[in-house]
Amino acid sequence: MDPLIILQAGVASGTVLLFATIGELLTERSGVLNLGVEGMMLIGAMTGFSVTVATGNPWLGLLLAMLVAGLLSQVHALITITLQADQVVSGLALTFLGTGISLVLGEGLSKAGTVALLPSFSIPLLSQIPILGPIFFTKQSILVYIGYLLVPATWYFINRTRPGLHLRAVGEYPAAADALGINVHGMRYLYVFVGGVLAGLAGATISLAVAPGWFSELTTAGQGWIAVGLVIFAQWDPVRAAVGSYAFGALRRLILDIQGPTLLFGFANPFYYNPYWGFFLQMLPYAFTVIVLVIGSREAIRKRLGAPAALGTPYIRGERGL
Amino acid sequence: MSETTSPKIRRRGGFRLQLEPRLEEPPRWFPVAVSLGAILVALVLGGIVIAFAGGDPFRSYAHIARASFGSLGVISDTIVKATPIILTALACSVAFRMKLWNIGAEGQFIMGAFGASAIVLTPILPAETPRWLFVPVMMLAGMLAGALWGFIPGYLKAKFNVNEIISTLMLNYISIAWVNYWVFGVWSEGGFQMSAKFPENAWLPRLLDYADSIPALRGLTTHAGLLLGILAAFVVWLVIYRSRWGYEIRLIGDNPAAANYAGINISRNVIFVMMLSGALAGLGGMSEVTGVVHRLQTSPIAAGYGFTGIIVAWLAKLHPAVVIVVSILFGALLLAGREIQPSGVPKMIQGIILVSLIASDFLLRYRLRLVRVGVEA
Repeated sequence: MDPLIILQAGVASGTVLLFATIGELLTERSGVLNLGVEGMMLIGAMTGFSVTVATGNPWLGLLLAMLVAGLLSQVHALITITLQADQVVSGLALTFLGTGISLVLGEGLSKAGTVALLPSFSIPLLSQIPILGPIFFTKQSILVYIGYLLVPATWYFINRTRPGLHLRAVGEYPAAADALGINVHGMRYLYVFVGGVLAGLAGATISLAVAPGWFSELTTAGQGWIAVGLVIFAQWDPVRAAVGSYAFGALRRLILDIQGPTLLFGFANPFYYNPYWGFFLQMLPYAFTVIVLVIGSREAIRKRLGAPAALGTPYIRGERGL
Repeated sequence: MSETTSPKIRRRGGFRLQLEPRLEEPPRWFPVAVSLGAILVALVLGGIVIAFAGGDPFRSYAHIARASFGSLGVISDTIVKATPIILTALACSVAFRMKLWNIGAEGQFIMGAFGASAIVLTPILPAETPRWLFVPVMMLAGMLAGALWGFIPGYLKAKFNVNEIISTLMLNYISIAWVNYWVFGVWSEGGFQMSAKFPENAWLPRLLDYADSIPALRGLTTHAGLLLGILAAFVVWLVIYRSRWGYEIRLIGDNPAAANYAGINISRNVIFVMMLSGALAGLGGMSEVTGVVHRLQTSPIAAGYGFTGIIVAWLAKLHPAVVIVVSILFGALLLAGREIQPSGVPKMIQGIILVSLIASDFLLRYRLRLVRVGVEA
């Protein structure tokens, strides 16, 4: 149980959460809550793996995973933006829909065996840095490196660019954005799509890089929901989202590894000698999500910060909004 | 934009589809017709996906109908499948009525099954306890365990404003790991991933128990859980539509600000309604474990009844009596779906039904109108 290896693998599995969390964060910043992340991730994981099995090309799998999940997200966009239905129920329905379609189309896929995966490599100079090098820059999948770039890019986009300003305006005060000539509905469709694409990327990151294969619903095992929770913890800030995602990734990895050795810190390892205690370890990510939510919600009350003001409400021109 | 304030959907030829908000209530048959239409659209869409996956949609649907209503025996099996759904759907209806998104009926159901099982397996009551004592104590234990599992997210919501959707979902996963710990470890029978079988006096009575006096009941597995479900539906109806508490719940659901001004304690209602919701789902878990499974085992208990309950509650427009009817239809879908290939079909159809149902609600709020462009409507 080498802590460096746990952290290294934790960063890889945290990348899954990172993509999904950033995607949901962008969607919510535009004022749309999409609870369908789990379903979109599953359909992404299934599509990515399935296309790679069929064509042998993981890049094509990745691309189609993003596209299909993006298309699925547009169901939610149509129902909540144009048809103005309740975003909570629609998001739930999207998860059912994505899960169901993935199970039907992924039938038999679990026996497909191994496929070509996305490349992993070390970054020359950076991997030489003590401690940080082996954790972040050694033998990581290319998707992990893309994740590193995505965080500052998203932060810069939201806070320092004109389209980012428009995004915030649409999420905070759509009537004002509309008066400025911003197409509120168009922007919301776009960012629901972006969220879907990133959830699809997260799913494909599982099935083509971090834990290759298709294991029906267990492929994601609730990570889409953890991502929705992390957005609240992150207070809609991409940097905090990254911290949360990597921490959860490391926790998942620690849970897997802690049951292996006979000795833990020089003592008999209770998880080795009582294998059933492992079920309590399995509860931890979910229990921590609840704890993290308590922290995030308390902070939001204290700092009077919080969700984008228009989150969850449809925008109807001519009706009194906020 | 000066011509109209209603959203435009599509421009084609010289006509345009225009939406106008409905000002008057639509006739009573209209919502029913819209829901049926939505289900029909969902079945067509589901058929397309089945065909795409290499199946035959007509045979799949014909099989579902035959395998669920084809004979007295399968009708009884359909009702057995519908029983847990009735209780989880009632649990969801109560919470949703207050716009409290309890997605944790699944976990509360599992904890209810655990609580009831604990009475037999700990053992809290000895194996030779008579049925008239065993069953009520197990009911109580199941409802308590479910209510506890509802109390946690309710308290967190009331106290810290924690989003109940995510906390209830997380508790679902935790409840599965919790039951796994007991059935893999402590209560495992001979290393199998299940507990020992309950003594027969801890089972809910089934129709086939009376086959000696009424031969027609031979082989029918419908159990007393159905009565619990119907009774619970009646109680929920009384509470929601005929009690002061129900009035508070409905007012908070429709207009929380008004409820607050009226002096209704919202935090306390959040906790109590979550506990009531959890107790109903927990009763469902108790009914399943004592009526069907007869032992504690994860896979037949954590089979997604809590999630189906969400869809059924929505389809029934949260009305307890309609919940029973819709549950039987979904019981049929689940029963027949066991043998259909590919195996994800029932789940997918549930998803598509829910999506088209939500989309169709739009028709209740707006009327579609075809107008000639350039001509005043």
